[in-house]
Amino acid sequence: MSNFTTIVTKVEDGIGLVELNRPKVLNAINRQMVTELLAAFEQFEGDDNVKAIVLTGNERAFAAGADIDEMKDDDAITLELLNQFKEWDRLALIKKPIIGAVSGYCFGGGFELALCCDLLFASEKAQFGFPEIKLGVMPGAGGTVKLTKLMGQKKALEWLWLGEPMTAKEALHYGVINRIVAPELVVSEAVKFAKTLAQKAPLSLRLIKETVYKAVDYSVYEGMQYERKNFYLLFSSEDQKEGMRAFVEKRRAKFKGK
Amino acid sequence: MFETITYETRRNVAWITLNRPDKLNAFTSQMHKELLSALKTANKEEEVRAVVITGAGRAFCSGQDLGNAESLDYGDVLRNGYNPVIQAIVSMEKPVIAAVNGVAAGAGASLAFACDFRLVSEKASFIEAFIHVGLVPDSGNLYFLPRLVGHAKAMELAVLGEKIPAEEANRLGLVTRLVKEESWVEEVETFAEKLSSMPTKAIGLIKRYLNKSWDADLNEVLEYEALAQTAAGNTADHKEGVAAFMEKRKPVFIGK
Repeated sequence: MSNFTTIVTKVEDGIGLVELNRPKVLNAINRQMVTELLAAFEQFEGDDNVKAIVLTGNERAFAAGADIDEMKDDDAITLELLNQFKEWDRLALIKKPIIGAVSGYCFGGGFELALCCDLLFASEKAQFGFPEIKLGVMPGAGGTVKLTKLMGQKKALEWLWLGEPMTAKEALHYGVINRIVAPELVVSEAVKFAKTLAQKAPLSLRLIKETVYKAVDYSVYEGMQYERKNFYLLFSSEDQKEGMRAFVEKRRAKFKGK
Repeated sequence: MFETITYETRRNVAWITLNRPDKLNAFTSQMHKELLSALKTANKEEEVRAVVITGAGRAFCSGQDLGNAESLDYGDVLRNGYNPVIQAIVSMEKPVIAAVNGVAAGAGASLAFACDFRLVSEKASFIEAFIHVGLVPDSGNLYFLPRLVGHAKAMELAVLGEKIPAEEANRLGLVTRLVKEESWVEEVETFAEKLSSMPTKAIGLIKRYLNKSWDADLNEVLEYEALAQTAAGNTADHKEGVAAFMEKRKPVFIGK
């Protein structure tokens, strides 16, 4: 694949795997990493061999935060002109399922990146948190918004104000992550789950993802209108015909994503 | 490097000795810091595959040095001093042995209860001393004691605060091995070295999931076991164990 220096990618058995790879700085996220990550995701998005994506760090750190050196001299105008979050926005346009496999530290921008994943698997020893307040700032890549949507206003404020780390158990309790697994198996369990998804009807996966994200933002009425259109849309797919035929014939459906 | 404890590593065992014998190894804030640092070192060092905590002189540990803490908020002493030590022992995925050479009183008893094994000298004893100064057992004592001896007995020991001689501690299930005074050093060493030559990774997984079993239901534990077995199945020690069995020889485990 491309010559990435801050990440490592591979495709295996239908799963695109991205590993953040700046171990010396606990995978601190710099701008180059976000650029490379987006490029990798967009390659996977366009690759028919890739059915689902797994994003991970290493055992010590998923990503301990954003690269502070890179931004410490910025001011409001340089940041506005740089518009660095446009790449983050594009991460949200990936339509294939993305599963995050988190071990170790997952702080600040690292936590925000994890929250860009559709599902999160975490090691028992993973720690999450937004310590930005300790640096006199706040999350800037969606942290305050997404955490609040996930855990509600009261708890989100407490975590964001204190900036203290959240254990995997707490994260699970508040609905921030999907599963806790043994540290040795975070990646393999996430890949296993991704392979399960890879067997499902791809268009259904895609439209369900889209509709669930709309459900978070829309009113119930608008969400249901949106759902209905997507439900109808799937009836123009070959997979719907195949799926329903297979059901009637009591056999396993073979989906093609068409 | 340490003043209130000593730390040395021999044959894959880290030996941590509480070393304020004239104060019966009572805890001070310095000792909290040094013990925590020693535990972190033992956790980090790959060659360490078992840890022994023992006391210098005639006591194991007499708990908090009362001459030291009058003006402090006791809650903060626990949060900053004792609790991190207990958490380090429990979260360390290596066997931790309390070699209780003499009296273990108050937080000294708590320290021994938090360990995975207790080798207890015949002349040692445990005392839930807190009540005698109008305090409550701390440093995990209220967590570990009922799990070791059952609720009713824990209540009795914690409230009455009577001295528990080694023999009785053994009957109550507090003791892994009761050790005769004359063979103390040798038996502790043999036990620790036996553990340090076992499949460390599997021991760590057993410890991790036994601990988690206390706040899980059967279905969760069944899943923990499945995860743990996958992880253990990937270790070099598992392969060695199987190979040794097939080849009818003794396995040599490397702890990985």
